[in-house]
Amino acid sequence: MDLSLTESEAAFRDEVRIWLKENHPGPVPEGDDAAEFEFRRAWQKEMHEAGWTGVSWPEEFGGRGASLIEQAIFNEELAYGSVPPPANVLGLVMGGPVVIAHGTTEQKERFLEPILSGEEIWCQGFSEPESGSDLASIKSRAVKSNGGWKITGQKVWTTYAHEAKYCMFLARTDPDAPKHRGITYFILEMDQPGVEVRPLRQITGEAEFNEIFLEEAQVPDENVIGEVGGGWQVAITTLMFERAGLGAVAVVGLRRTLEDLIALVREKGLESDPLIRQRIAEFQIGIEAMRLGALRTLTATMKTGIPGPEGSLGKWQWGKYNQAMTEMASEVAGPAGVTVGTDASYRFLRSRANSIEGGTTEVLQNIIAERVLGLPKLR
Amino acid sequence: MNFDLTDEQSEIKGTAKQFMADRFKPEKVRELAEARAYDDSLYAQMAELGWPGIAVSEDDGGQGLGLVELAVLLEEAGYACAPSQLLGSAGAALVITAAGSPEQRAEWLPRLASGEATGAFGAIGPAAGGEDESTLFCDLPTADVAVVFDAEGALLAPAGELDFEAVEAIDATRSYATISAPAGERMPGDAGAGRDRLAVAIAAELTGIGQRAMEMAVEYARERKQFDRAIGSYQAVSHRCAAMLLGVEESRSLTYYAAWAADAEPESLPLAAAMVSARAADAAWETTASALQVFGGIGFTWEHDLQFWLKRSRVAGRMLGTPGEHRDRVAELAGLGAGSAAGAPA
Ligand SMILES: Cc1cc2nc3c(=O)[nH]c(=O)nc-3n(C[C@H](O)[C@H](O)[C@H](O)COP(=O)(O)OP(=O)(O)OC[C@H]3O[C@@H](n4cnc5c(N)ncnc54)[C@H](O)[C@@H]3O)c2cc1C
Repeated sequence: MDLSLTESEAAFRDEVRIWLKENHPGPVPEGDDAAEFEFRRAWQKEMHEAGWTGVSWPEEFGGRGASLIEQAIFNEELAYGSVPPPANVLGLVMGGPVVIAHGTTEQKERFLEPILSGEEIWCQGFSEPESGSDLASIKSRAVKSNGGWKITGQKVWTTYAHEAKYCMFLARTDPDAPKHRGITYFILEMDQPGVEVRPLRQITGEAEFNEIFLEEAQVPDENVIGEVGGGWQVAITTLMFERAGLGAVAVVGLRRTLEDLIALVREKGLESDPLIRQRIAEFQIGIEAMRLGALRTLTATMKTGIPGPEGSLGKWQWGKYNQAMTEMASEVAGPAGVTVGTDASYRFLRSRANSIEGGTTEVLQNIIAERVLGLPKLR
Repeated sequence: MNFDLTDEQSEIKGTAKQFMADRFKPEKVRELAEARAYDDSLYAQMAELGWPGIAVSEDDGGQGLGLVELAVLLEEAGYACAPSQLLGSAGAALVITAAGSPEQRAEWLPRLASGEATGAFGAIGPAAGGEDESTLFCDLPTADVAVVFDAEGALLAPAGELDFEAVEAIDATRSYATISAPAGERMPGDAGAGRDRLAVAIAAELTGIGQRAMEMAVEYARERKQFDRAIGSYQAVSHRCAAMLLGVEESRSLTYYAAWAADAEPESLPLAAAMVSARAADAAWETTASALQVFGGIGFTWEHDLQFWLKRSRVAGRMLGTPGEHRDRVAELAGLGAGSAAGAPA
C-alpha cells in the first residue's frame, strides 16, 4: 500500500498542470446554453489535439494509454484549475468505454475518434416514461427491416439529446423473450426524420435533458453493439462506467463545494457554532472517505478492467454529501440562498437530482444488497 | 499510487485471520468474557508471532514494520472480538515509540514487544473531558505499564504506581479501570503523534468489529424467513445492510489512509486520525446496533454472540474521546479554527 504518487505519476501531474495553465480557455460564457456548449466543444477539440482526451483509453484507440490513477489525477487537476468540462461527457465516460469493451473493430474505428475530438456528441437513451429504475422493462421496439432496424418508441430525461449526433439506445428486439434477454443495444443517429427531440425544463429553470420521440427511426446492422438480444449486459457495463466515472470526477467537485461552504461559514461569523462545526466535520469526513473509496475502487478496477458494483457506493455518497452540503450552504447564505440566479440556490436545487440521475439511491442500495452483499432479490 | 495491501501485508492478514478463527471462536470469546479473563497462553502465541511489537523498531526489539501492518492485525482481532492484551500493549508501545525518552523506550519497548510485559492506556483530566475525570483505561488491571494522557502530554507509569480501580465495563471481552490521579514519569517526545497513532490502531479494531457484525446480519437476513420470504428480501432490512457496508467501507478507507499517513506523510496524520476516530466509532456502533435490529428478539438475548461485538464497539469507540469531540477537532483542522471544548456535543 502506497498512497503517494509515484515518480511518473507526479511527473504526469506536473505535465497536466503546466499544460492547463498555459492553455486555460477562460471562463465559460454564461446565460446562453447553446453558446456555452459550443465553447466547451471547442475546448474539447483543443484538449484532444494536445492528446488530453481519453487519458486512460488505450493508445490504439486514440487515447493516451495512461493508468486509471493518472486519469483520476487529470480529472482532479481539471477541477482544481476551474477548467470547464469537455462537451462530450457522456461519450467520454460511457459511450467510448462501452465501444472499447463490447464493440467490433469497425465500430472502434468509426466511433472512437469523433468521441474524443468532440465532433460527435453522444447521449444515453435508456430511460422511458414507464421504465426508469426498472430499466429492463423498456418498450421502445426495434423491428428488422432490410439491412437494419426500425425503431419506434419514446425516451425521456435524455441529457444532451438536443446536441447529440448519436444515442446509446436500448430497444426491445424480442418481445417474447424474458425481459432481460429481448433487449438490443444500438447506436442511433439522432439527425433523421424518425427522431424528434423536445427539451424538458428542470426545476433549476434550464433544459439539460429532453424527451425523444421515435417513429420508425433507422439504424443499420453495423450499429448494433454486442449481440442482438444481448443488450442488457452492454447496458450494465454502461451503468458501471457511469457510476464509477461520476464517483471519481465528483469527489473533487465536492471538495470545492466544502471549501466554499467553510469560507461562507467564516464570512458569516458562524465558525464557533457547535452544530455547524459538527456538520462541517461530517462533510469533511464523508468526502475524504469517498475520495479514498474511489481510489480503492480504482486499484481494484485496474486489475479487472471493468468497474464492479461497488461503484454504487461512490454514487450514493456523492448524492448524500452534495445534497447535505448544498442544503446547509443555502441556509447559511440567508436570503441569497433561496434567491433565483445565485450560485447557492442553483447548486441547492440542482443537487436534488443527484439521488435520481444515474440510478436512484434506493436502486443503488438494492444493487449493493443483492450484488455486493448477496442478499436475496426483491422479486 | 496503490491502495492494495502488499504481498507481505496480505500474508499477515491471512495468518491473523486464520489464527483468530482457530483460537478465538465465538464459544471461546464467550467463555473468556463470562470469566472476564484473558488466556495468557494465547497471548504468548501472539507474542511469539511478534504481533505486540509489529510496529516497534527492530532496535527496540520489535518487527520494524509499520502502522498499516498493525492495523491489519487489529482489524482481524476486532473481527474475532478476541479478548487479549494486544490492543493495550501494542497501543502503549505506539505511544512510547513516539513520545518516550531513550531510557523509557529501552526499558519498556523490548518487553512489550516480546510479550514479557503488557501495556495499557487512558487519559485523565481535561484530556479525558473533565477536571478529575478518568477514561476507562484499556487493559490496565492486567498490565505492567500504562500510558497516561493528561493536560500536558503523556506520562509513563508502571501499573503499580497508579491508584486505579478495576471497572466492570459493559464490554466484558477486555479489562478496564479508572485512575484517581495522574502519575508516572513525563514522556518528553511528541505525545500528540503518539495519541494519533493510537487512535488509528483503535479505529482498525473498530473496522473489524463492524465488518463482522455486518456479516452476521447479512447471513441471518439470507436465512431467516418471515411472511414466507427471507427477511433480507425486504428493503427495510436489505437497505439497512447496504448502509452497514457504506459505514464499514468508509471506516476501512479512512483507517488505512491514516495508518499509511502516520508513517509516510506525518503532516496529514492529525486530521486523518481525528476523521477516522469519529467515523470508525460511529460506523462500528451503528453497524452493530443495526445488526441487532436485523436479528430481532434473539439479538437481544444474552445467549446471542452479537452482544460482544456491540458492547465492545461502544466502549472502544470512546476510549480517546467521543465522536463529537473528534468531529470538533476535524472542524478545527478543516479550517474553522479552535472551538470551545465545552461546546462539542457527544
Ligand atoms: C438530471 C437527470 C439527468 C438524467 N439523464 C439521463 C440520461 O441522460 N439518460 C437516461 O437514460 N436517463 C437519464 N435520467 C433518468 C434517470 O436515470 C431516471 O430518472 C432514474 O433511473 C429513475 O427513474 P424514474 O425517474 O422513472 O423513477 P422511478 O423508477 O419511477 O422511481 C420513482 C421512485 O421509486 C423508487 N423505486 C423504484 N423502483 C424501486 C425499487 N425496486 N426499490 C426501491 N425503490 C424503488 C425510486 O428510487 C424513486 O424514489 C436522468 C435523470 C435526471 C434527474
